[in-house]
Amino acid sequence: MGWIEILDRAEVVTDKHHIRGSTGGGEIRRAPNLVPLRITCLPNDQDKMFKLSDKILLLCVGEAGDTVQFAEYIQKNIQLYKMRNGYELSPKAAANFTRKNLADYLRSRTPYHVNLLLAGFDETDGPGLYYMDHLSALAKAPFAAHGYGAYLTLSILDRYYRPDLTRDEAVDLLKKCIEELNKRFILNLPSFSVRLIDKEGIHDLEKLMPVGAK
Amino acid sequence: MAMSYDRAITVFSPDGHLFQVEYAQEAVKKGSTAVGVRGKNVVVLGVEKKTVAKLQDDRTVRKICALDDNVFMAFAGLTADARIVVNRARVECQSHRLTVEDPVTVEYITRFISSIKQRYTQSNGRRPFGISSLIVGFDFDGTPHLYQTDPSGTYHAWKANAIGRSAKTVREFLEKNYKEEHMESDTDTIKLAIRALLEVVQSGGKNIELAIMKRDESMKILVQEEIEEYVTAIVKEKEEAEKQKKKT
Repeated sequence: MGWIEILDRAEVVTDKHHIRGSTGGGEIRRAPNLVPLRITCLPNDQDKMFKLSDKILLLCVGEAGDTVQFAEYIQKNIQLYKMRNGYELSPKAAANFTRKNLADYLRSRTPYHVNLLLAGFDETDGPGLYYMDHLSALAKAPFAAHGYGAYLTLSILDRYYRPDLTRDEAVDLLKKCIEELNKRFILNLPSFSVRLIDKEGIHDLEKLMPVGAK
Repeated sequence: MAMSYDRAITVFSPDGHLFQVEYAQEAVKKGSTAVGVRGKNVVVLGVEKKTVAKLQDDRTVRKICALDDNVFMAFAGLTADARIVVNRARVECQSHRLTVEDPVTVEYITRFISSIKQRYTQSNGRRPFGISSLIVGFDFDGTPHLYQTDPSGTYHAWKANAIGRSAKTVREFLEKNYKEEHMESDTDTIKLAIRALLEVVQSGGKNIELAIMKRDESMKILVQEEIEEYVTAIVKEKEEAEKQKKKT
């Protein structure tokens, strides 16, 4: 199983692979539901996660506007591939396609300043998490994070991640990361939306609201 | 007389014909039959499957193409031309979703396809597309539609229609047998399409390819067994009708 946790511009993402492969794995992602603007807080219902296909989620953060533009563009192109060919792109192919697009735009007059996490479940390869940044680097990782929150959560993940985490253990690890952020991170991030991907597809888990956060 | 006016597409003949367009329509008449029926809750497209050579893989001969999750089409005529049109339509469906965040309506994509076809009847050095198409689907408000386009770029909405070889015979059959009440039932709608195709297709269910779409579901291509089931039911109904006629 894998899971991801994202916090606004500070994002934390984790992913696990179920190596023993009995019931198949999954991935969890999380994104906070607000936009901090200096000292004020703008409540934001905008979902930062974009459904590329039945089993692929793209989490896109960065420059306002660029995020939605780029993510929707990728989303529609993935759908077009499905229409033309009769089957969907694998997560690995989708990640590489996204990276190529980002790379092409990077050296144009209009680069996209976005950081991405792509999570998907492949029939043959199982769950996979791909980390992409605005310089178009691509890495397949067991867990990942973007932003300032990464400095805090990656340590937690390094310490507690195991390749054979079960679904519940993964959610607990995610909660540990959020607690850490709640304690140590300068921004107040009151609520997180969480999604899980497994062989059945994308599932919404309940929103996480750390105690003490408003 | 007619000869000198059919060279370039952009030239009218003295009696107001665009011969290239009419010749394209002739090409369509040579293509294998396609029939479409619009029910209340389901839309059906059926095509005549040409017998494939023994060594050929028949999965690569698909005459019914999904354009998006809510629209699909069948064509009659030049397969290669159809591939181009279908590809453009697929891109347009996604482009529409990207700009207005809504799936296309069946009428919109039909209008788009027709505009492409018309442009090719008015351009220098290009020939028209040699296909007629039947475009079916559901709008996002749930209304089903069936449209037909032809090489000239005109389109019309239909309740049921046929294109390709023997289209006239099939259309007459549909006119005689289309009953509004029957369109409430999914099975009856599908049966009407199959019955219409059976009129012109040799050797029955084996040479029929059928695709249906129910409201809020994606296109489903029926497997051979399902088609055979319908065909057996239809044959039985015909026999019953014959027996009734003999009695009275």
